Amino acid sequence: MKRNLPLIFAFLTGFLVVISEFIPHRPFSLMISTLQNWFLIISGFAILLGQISLFQANLAKIKQKESGWYFYLAGLISFMIMLLTGLLWGTQEYKGILGHGTHLQSLVGSKPFDYLFDFAYMPLSATMFSLLAFFIASAAYRAFIIRSFESNLLMITAVIVILGRTSFGSMLTSWLPENLRFWHLPNLSDFIMEFPNSAAQRAIMISAALGIIGSSLRIILGIERSYLGGDK
Amino acid sequence: MSSNTHSQTERHIVFLVLLVAVTLPLLFPIGWKTEVSGYARMAWQLIDSTPDSSVVVFSFDYDPSTMTELQPMAEAMLYHAFSRNQKVLAMALWPQGVQMADQAYAKVIKSFPDKKYGVDFVNMGYKIAGIVTIQSMGKNMPEVFPTDERGTKYADIPMLKNVKTLKDIAYANSLSSGTPGIKEWVMAAHDAYGTPVTGGTTAVSAPGLLPYVNSQRQLNGLLGGLKAASEYENLIGQIGSATVKMDAQSVAHLLILVFIAIGNVKAFLVRKRSKA
Amino acid sequence: MSSFAGTFGLWMAVFFTFSIFSFLYKDNPFYKFAEQVFVGLSAAYWLVYLFYSIMLPNLFTKLLTDFKGNIILLIPAALGIMMLLRLIPKTQWLSRFPIAIMIGTSAGINMVRYAKSDLLSQISATMINPFADGSASSIVGNLLLIIGTICGVYFFYFSKKQEGFSAVPSKIGIWFLMVSFGASFGYTVMARISLLIGRLEFLLKDWLHVIK
Repeated sequence: MKRNLPLIFAFLTGFLVVISEFIPHRPFSLMISTLQNWFLIISGFAILLGQISLFQANLAKIKQKESGWYFYLAGLISFMIMLLTGLLWGTQEYKGILGHGTHLQSLVGSKPFDYLFDFAYMPLSATMFSLLAFFIASAAYRAFIIRSFESNLLMITAVIVILGRTSFGSMLTSWLPENLRFWHLPNLSDFIMEFPNSAAQRAIMISAALGIIGSSLRIILGIERSYLGGDK
Repeated sequence: MSSNTHSQTERHIVFLVLLVAVTLPLLFPIGWKTEVSGYARMAWQLIDSTPDSSVVVFSFDYDPSTMTELQPMAEAMLYHAFSRNQKVLAMALWPQGVQMADQAYAKVIKSFPDKKYGVDFVNMGYKIAGIVTIQSMGKNMPEVFPTDERGTKYADIPMLKNVKTLKDIAYANSLSSGTPGIKEWVMAAHDAYGTPVTGGTTAVSAPGLLPYVNSQRQLNGLLGGLKAASEYENLIGQIGSATVKMDAQSVAHLLILVFIAIGNVKAFLVRKRSKA
Repeated sequence: MSSFAGTFGLWMAVFFTFSIFSFLYKDNPFYKFAEQVFVGLSAAYWLVYLFYSIMLPNLFTKLLTDFKGNIILLIPAALGIMMLLRLIPKTQWLSRFPIAIMIGTSAGINMVRYAKSDLLSQISATMINPFADGSASSIVGNLLLIIGTICGVYFFYFSKKQEGFSAVPSKIGIWFLMVSFGASFGYTVMARISLLIGRLEFLLKDWLHVIK
């Protein structure tokens, strides 16, 4: 019962979604609209579950005084500060429990939540991903070595695209006459993206779609049950 | 140990050279020009040919980590939509997208002081569940968005009086850096309800989305990366934040090619030495 | 904005920027601190917007303003609470129901949407007349598109060993995939460099004021 009933629910919801695609009239249209609205609400609780789990995991590390526990404490403190400022005084447009906090806004210049977003969250988020530029430069220097015909093909395409997607690349071949415009780097780069790249990506898309259709069918029919977890 | 130290030193030199190569063009701009590609032109064409007073959706499906590439696109496309007198419904499938939408609007509205919130632009906020949200919008938008970001009821928003489903939307423009994003808009908005879709994405995601720009017109053009943002700025006759960064982008690309060349020469010499 | 708050905020942003960049030299306490603060802020940001954008308008406000008319919303609310019961070991089994509903719905949507968008539409888009547009580059391009798609899909067929003549389309498929990976690498370089340019622009323009 504890495992079979959820499987029946999964089958019924999956079946309803598929049927409503082919019979978009009542009662299926009403049922699918209702299901989709409920999905939004349940997803919200799923995210809440994830956040509580994260909170619990960090708290456990702090309690057990694991190596580097003070960093997790910093994480929890920043979590609590952001959460409290957001709930008490709201965000840019949303009103919080204590209203819009106009006095605080005049002191800080914006709501505390938005202040933290602009001066803490945004720089952290943007800088975290900008580190990758350095690593890709290092990878280009150490790992991008020509060894075979296939890697040659990869390298030549990469060079054409890297040059073609810059203003310098367009300058390099701007002298080409009209009948040789195909070899103008930006045009060549666009040709590669439109035809051979699209062909390969399309092949990957079609193959992945077949896999997804197969695995979705397995889930709906109850053959795939790993999402239910262990026997409890 | 010493080869490790040598390798670490090499890495740090590579990092430093890259830093200098990207900083110098920012300090001393070169002024290289950008050519416009077919994909950017297609996206521009969709927005340009959409009739006056049409309601359009701008979905801000990204976070600050990719705003360098996507925010200039968002601002340029929003500017274009406003200049064509289109009414923009902003929403977000990523939570941070709400703030990105507000920032883009705050910047662009300075050029259009007569545009009013609720009449020409509205921010409906963040909705979870990606493709399910878009599918629900296809059936009943007021149900998905009971209120806008400011708490105004859907029925009380002037520009949305005649907009009940995605079929009442002229086009959907998704600025996305991952999932949910353009792919979900193509699948649910275009392929299910026939709403034209265009969009902008990070350069990383662009190659994988290009197959949707096809004879079936699943995607009407695609802006991929900072260069595409710069191309769009060129098309609308603006020198925006993307265009000023292209010099640094070009120099960095050249540097990467130099690194690849040096790496290959080094590997070739090592192979030759080991054979000898 | 008050000038003190603005200045403090700017220096806080610069501090976090350099803390993250310090990882390029080596892992250090500043990076670890900044990383954990980022995790905490991200989680809280998501929770706050979850509350204001979804829970309030789509559930609580509807139930509070018109309980009888929206009584059916008690069902997803109950399912949501069952989801949260996953945190208590004794009641963990109850969370299987909302999870099953979500998984079933997602599976149904994925099956239908991927079949239409990524399978049928992509196949239709490949069934083009390559000679429709007169120009040589278009004809060559369209032929490459058709051959590349067919050979690429053939490469992913693993149910039978490909050897001898039957391995030829697979080989061609690999070549197209290599071209695609090269193009992806080129675009990835562009993406990563752009993000670095963004941060440097912040440091040079907003902090040091050396560029306009």
